[in-house]
Amino acid sequence: MEHGSFTDNSAATFSLTDEDHTLANSVRFTLNQDPRVTFSGYSIPHPSQARINIRVQTTGEAASEVLKDACQDLMLMCRHVRSTFDKAVEDFKASNAVKAMKIDSKDSSDSEESE
Amino acid sequence: MAEQDEGRGKEKKFSIWDLPDVPMGQLPPHLELQRTRVLCNKDAPIHTESIQYSGAYSSIGVDNSVRLDNFCNNFRVEVIQLNEDDMVFDMIGIDAAIANSFRRILIAEVPTMAIEKVLIANNTSVVQDEVLAHRLGLVPIRVDPRLFDYMSENDQPNEKNTVVFKLHVNCKKGSPRITVKSDELKWLPNGSELVKESTANSDSSSKPETYTYFSCSQESVPEFVKNPIAPKYPDIILAKLGPGQEIELEAHAVKGIGKTHAKWSPVATAWYRMLPEVILLEDVKDDLAEELKSKCPVNVYDIEDIGKGKKRATVARPRSCTLCRECIRGDDWEKRVALRRVKNHFIFTIESTGALPPEVLFTEAVKILEDKCERVITELS
Repeated sequence: MEHGSFTDNSAATFSLTDEDHTLANSVRFTLNQDPRVTFSGYSIPHPSQARINIRVQTTGEAASEVLKDACQDLMLMCRHVRSTFDKAVEDFKASNAVKAMKIDSKDSSDSEESE
Repeated sequence: MAEQDEGRGKEKKFSIWDLPDVPMGQLPPHLELQRTRVLCNKDAPIHTESIQYSGAYSSIGVDNSVRLDNFCNNFRVEVIQLNEDDMVFDMIGIDAAIANSFRRILIAEVPTMAIEKVLIANNTSVVQDEVLAHRLGLVPIRVDPRLFDYMSENDQPNEKNTVVFKLHVNCKKGSPRITVKSDELKWLPNGSELVKESTANSDSSSKPETYTYFSCSQESVPEFVKNPIAPKYPDIILAKLGPGQEIELEAHAVKGIGKTHAKWSPVATAWYRMLPEVILLEDVKDDLAEELKSKCPVNVYDIEDIGKGKKRATVARPRSCTLCRECIRGDDWEKRVALRRVKNHFIFTIESTGALPPEVLFTEAVKILEDKCERVITELS
């Protein structure tokens, strides 16, 4: 839920339930990177309660729009991380398989597979 | 810059930006050092915070924001080691906030299957019921949790959300003491075999009611025929039985996350460290070089001969530096050796307990962060 002024929607505090530092710190990081943001921060009102307050102050744009864009950016970053990681793991497995093949063929006989 | 000179009425003042060695659009080297490196001094590390604010260097005209395309171009992953149960890989170009989120999700929010309910029919061993049940809960089970659903309080246990194990061990009178290991846990693909004691007016149905309601056997899933569900390690000691003691129980495993109880955590642990950078600020020669090399417990330094019997110290393996700070401990060593950490290069280690291979675990963790973002977006719109 969003707590802010009805007249000025460029600054607001968003209170999210069932979240903790995991999401809050990452969202705060992406918010900070956005040049439209003048202030961003998060707090946890009580550690026993799973609730976070994210404060966003912008240079005039609607705070909820900026937060939505930041979450979108974070999602795209995660997707990119995932695809890069998958590719790196595949490349590693392929190069290991090639190395294992080379070692096997060198051990067994004189003929070797040249890459 | 030419306009500024003209505006000042042709006074011969020079602007610092006209100096040839201050490149425009880039930070001066000392600021770049402060932004990208943690300096680990003798007393405490400095510059540990990451300067994230997009307008931090706006007065010099440098844009500090990491836009998405910049991130996508500079981000790299390199896998160093990949085994069945653990992996070490490098992530370059990412910030500590996001790396920490991945670590937290890996430990606490990737789901697994673990034993939750234990129905004990007979336990005459010295291990109490609740202690035995606790130990059973901590046994890692080799099954893919993505094939199962969560079970809420109103659900009945069926083949989609429960895995049933049976443990029946008996130590006969006169035989020596036996150790009950986790390979005694047998998987029951057809569900529970303990019959519920129903009240007298149950109709004469042919099948007695048990504690689970499996509509079909779990063996019908081809994945479980290829790899039958079993504990990952067959030699975990659960209890010890003396002569005449018996344990007969049934254990139901359900899906959960590490936040609820650590038994559902899919990793033994997952951690990261920043890439260490060891710089020799001045030439370290001869005796000092030997001293430096012998000080380091992990052999970061090497000696090279530069001819004429002179020796010089070089940094050979900065990656293995554990930041013990032995090399900067004596007098004057701090001005010869600089220990630093690269702020956006993380060496991740993931040790899986066996339910899922570590590379799948990391992919699942990233997916979970994406789902969290999506939930926030839908709540906002």
